[in-house]
Amino acid sequence: MNLQSVFLKWLCVASWLFLSALVPLQAKEAALLAEDPLVEKRLIHISEELRCMVCQNESLASSRAELANDLREEVRKLIREDRSDSQIKEYLVARYGDFVLYKPEVKPLTWVLWFGPFLLLVLAIVGMAYYLRQRQSAQNGRSALSDEDRRKVQEILESGDKP
Amino acid sequence: MKKFLIPLGLFLGLVIFLAVGLNRDPREIPSPLVGKPAPAFSLDTLDANAPKFGPQDMKGKVWMLNVWATWCVACREEHPILVAFSKVNQLPIVGLSYKEVQPQDESAGKKMTPEEKLQFARDRSALWLKRHGNPYVLSAVDLDGRVGIDYGVYGVPETYVIDKEGVIRYKRVGVVTPELLQSTILPLVQKLNAS
Repeated sequence: MNLQSVFLKWLCVASWLFLSALVPLQAKEAALLAEDPLVEKRLIHISEELRCMVCQNESLASSRAELANDLREEVRKLIREDRSDSQIKEYLVARYGDFVLYKPEVKPLTWVLWFGPFLLLVLAIVGMAYYLRQRQSAQNGRSALSDEDRRKVQEILESGDKP
Repeated sequence: MKKFLIPLGLFLGLVIFLAVGLNRDPREIPSPLVGKPAPAFSLDTLDANAPKFGPQDMKGKVWMLNVWATWCVACREEHPILVAFSKVNQLPIVGLSYKEVQPQDESAGKKMTPEEKLQFARDRSALWLKRHGNPYVLSAVDLDGRVGIDYGVYGVPETYVIDKEGVIRYKRVGVVTPELLQSTILPLVQKLNAS
């Protein structure tokens, strides 16, 4: 029992020492980021719209892949050279293709991508309207009861509970 | 009547689309560099006594640029294929040693100088090439991956075929297979050599 609590205490101290040893490491990285807050702000803004080519479902801003790191460094450099956002994107597109952009440019090649869904929606609405109209007119023709039917209904209703 | 055929047709259409979509390799992305001049560079090579190398040195030749590294697992798979291919002597293969020195190669708190990095890359690459065979006429050393960025490298190995005018004619991301060499690369090289 006593031994256990001593062990726990020792574990606590050890882990505290371990964690505090890590702190300077983290602080160093933070310092790097704080170097130029304006550059970092623009970097994040731009790289959120860029795809990391290694882990394709991650943005360049969030990826921890090494290439993403290199590319962020590259984008930082371009920002410091005072290039505009679209120039920076062009720079990357020239190397990696349209695929690096999460929002691809609107051009004939990407028309299907941009407008295809709306086209499908319009087609669906037209199809639906056509279908509903057809169904309704079919029902109009069919649903009216004949005089014979009405007479039978009346008879049944009047007959009350009797089967 | 045959009304049930409409949803069935739509469904089959969807199945075909999905089947095609799922069987495509999402890593295979058409490179914007095909048809463009190979980006210029000037890099040290693995041979300490050789001058710097740049694509302009290969003007007038159809050649292959193969991006590799000793830490790259897929390169190990590709390497024997390249070695065999180089023995056929169809075209010169130039290596681009991509980011040979990785962060874990540097002991914590002690950064290597660029000279140390180059030496490290040369030593380790030479050992690796000695063990696995050397298909390259030379290997340029891209330590910081800057040239890699210009070539749109995002997964090693990558392979480019560059024509006599220095224009990139073909790019492959991933392992070059013997089938690919036979069906695509060799015919292209023959065509480019003839022109």
